[in-house]
Amino acid sequence: MSSDEELLEALLAGEHRALARVISKIENRSPGYRDLVSEIYAHTGGADVIGITGSPGAGKSTLVDKLAETYRDRGETVGVIAIDPSSPFTGGAVLGDRIRMASTVGDMDVFVRSMSARGTLGGLSTATADAVKAMDAFGKDKIIIETVGAGQNEIDIVRTADTVAVLVPPGSGDDIQTLKAGILEIADVFVVNKADRPGSDRTVQELRDMIQLGDGGGGMSGGDGHHSQEVIDAHDDWDGEVADVEETAGWTTPIVETVATKGEGVDDLISEFANHRTYLVDSGEHAEQVRGRYAEEIRTLLREDVHALLEDRLAERGGIDDLAESVRQGETDPYSIAGELLDPVEDCLDELETEDA
Amino acid sequence: MSAGSDQQSIRCMVAKVGLDGHDRGAHVIARAFRDAGFEVIYSGLHKGPEEIVQAAVQEDVDVLGISILSGAHDTLVPKIMDGLEEYGAKEDTLVLVGGVIPEEDRQPLRDDGVAAIFGPGTSIEETIEFVRENAPER
Repeated sequence: MSSDEELLEALLAGEHRALARVISKIENRSPGYRDLVSEIYAHTGGADVIGITGSPGAGKSTLVDKLAETYRDRGETVGVIAIDPSSPFTGGAVLGDRIRMASTVGDMDVFVRSMSARGTLGGLSTATADAVKAMDAFGKDKIIIETVGAGQNEIDIVRTADTVAVLVPPGSGDDIQTLKAGILEIADVFVVNKADRPGSDRTVQELRDMIQLGDGGGGMSGGDGHHSQEVIDAHDDWDGEVADVEETAGWTTPIVETVATKGEGVDDLISEFANHRTYLVDSGEHAEQVRGRYAEEIRTLLREDVHALLEDRLAERGGIDDLAESVRQGETDPYSIAGELLDPVEDCLDELETEDA
Repeated sequence: MSAGSDQQSIRCMVAKVGLDGHDRGAHVIARAFRDAGFEVIYSGLHKGPEEIVQAAVQEDVDVLGISILSGAHDTLVPKIMDGLEEYGAKEDTLVLVGGVIPEEDRQPLRDDGVAAIFGPGTSIEETIEFVRENAPER
């Protein structure tokens, strides 16, 4: 596969190897990958993108495996992007999520791709978004992004999805407290996986309390939608009166109990995903979400580009190490250096403005 | 583009194929590759040749390291090589075999496209060095 045009053609024609190669180019930031992604944009828009996140060992990969299997049974094609951390020291990584994705083995219509952070600054969320586009253009119906929900970077990644499911293992009451300001806020659906374990009722209850208090962030407040009623009905300890207080149209984060290893609750989860999708489209939130995502992508690209431009300037000035050394010696300070490096750029922009005027 | 090519990383798959439950060696290699800065995808145990091929193609790996200690290399490895060829992935994937491979079986595997065979006693440094030098330029 030589030229990028051929590669794109092969991808659109459904060649697995071409899709794999395009994602590599995106990951590697290979020469020409930008033109490739630009071309791909014209062919996207068909896929539902779902993000799955949760602490290590919560059962994400197993659940993703079962989701993929169920979607396949329904005749839909699936793409999975599994993200694992990389070593901050060597950049190396062991990407192990594939091991748990055995149900769909031998079925090439489930395309699983492992990615790692490679120590890039905010780059992974861009690379993930681009890889999603590639799978979308390839014709995948459902795309699942799986990532450990630790830290802002990971949250940015999972936000490239339309619907985000956060896995909360049973008996993690204290974890819920610590996570409150983090990934719990971005959940569109809560999944209490390993629901056959002791403590899962309590975890469900704690999550429900949190949702009712509107404690977890903007998206969770508002009235009770019809979406979660089935799930709520499943619990006898549920006090239905509270739900009737407000009848506003907001999305109430449902809680789904699953036992991923046995495939229990997967159908419920899938219908909640579908409900959320419907809600997004009907409420107009989807448009807003997509707009926000593209705005962020543009910003990230600009940041990367400016950064790359300045790399050359840095080299001219003797490299970052020398500059850092001069700060250490007390000769100057980081602010002055950044200012000096940026001066010519600002001058150029000023000139442009004068010309325009 | 301007972002530079320093984001290239060697992608390897460490694969256990067939009815062979001995994965200590595969774990050691996976860990060593990680520490060498590679991205390692570990297949898990008891995988069929077609599963290995599927994973290698989808992950677009530069290097496929197959660990076999069961003695079934002469049937399993050719199946993997054929599978890679089917997807057009054979010529630019560096395929390595590690494990107990008798001397007389080695040439046929090489003829089939295996780049190197590492038997017992191979040092990890040697393997990493080989991967660094021979990983396909893409």
